[in-house]
Amino acid sequence: MNYSPSHFTAVLEFALCVGVVFGITQRDTPKRMFRYGAAAFGLFTSAAIVLSWLMFFLAK
Amino acid sequence: MATSTSKPATGSGTKSSGFLYGPLLAGWLVPGAGHFVQRKWIRGTLLLLAIGTMFVLGIAMQGKLYTSAQSILDMLGLAGDLGSGLFYLVSRQLSLGADTVQVTTADYGTRFLVFAGLLNIIAAVDAHNLYTGRKK
Repeated sequence: MNYSPSHFTAVLEFALCVGVVFGITQRDTPKRMFRYGAAAFGLFTSAAIVLSWLMFFLAK
Repeated sequence: MATSTSKPATGSGTKSSGFLYGPLLAGWLVPGAGHFVQRKWIRGTLLLLAIGTMFVLGIAMQGKLYTSAQSILDMLGLAGDLGSGLFYLVSRQLSLGADTVQVTTADYGTRFLVFAGLLNIIAAVDAHNLYTGRKK
């Protein structure tokens, strides 16, 4: 068993799993759980993209 | 000075009649089990899927399972891995995971394994809070 995703795929998988757990554990009602989980997913993903571009320009 | 009107959780209206730390222990051993024993089937299933997927992906990426603590970082990694409960113990017995990180994806995998354990601890504590009535 050998799985080699791209960095971005790994980021998406990580953000999805963490978003699900954060949503369920940090909020009380299903609607708020979904919103919090979606926000966590979006923030993890967008933070990775922003930091990647930042490091790209810093490395230039 | 502001006064707080919140009261500490007393467990009123809850079914915390059995072993107080049962859901915490069950949730640590198997992700989502702490919610299953309280008949929170959907939450438990989602937690099992999310944490289980993360652990399996970590193993599939040839992530490293920490087996000993030679340094402070190893110690933290081992603590994170131990959070996965039976997943970690069974994987150790089956010699899954890599001994050393040799490729980039293995480094991702190692992080996935550690985070699966840490998320499982959060989920187990959530099950405990549900059981004591601190959370609905």
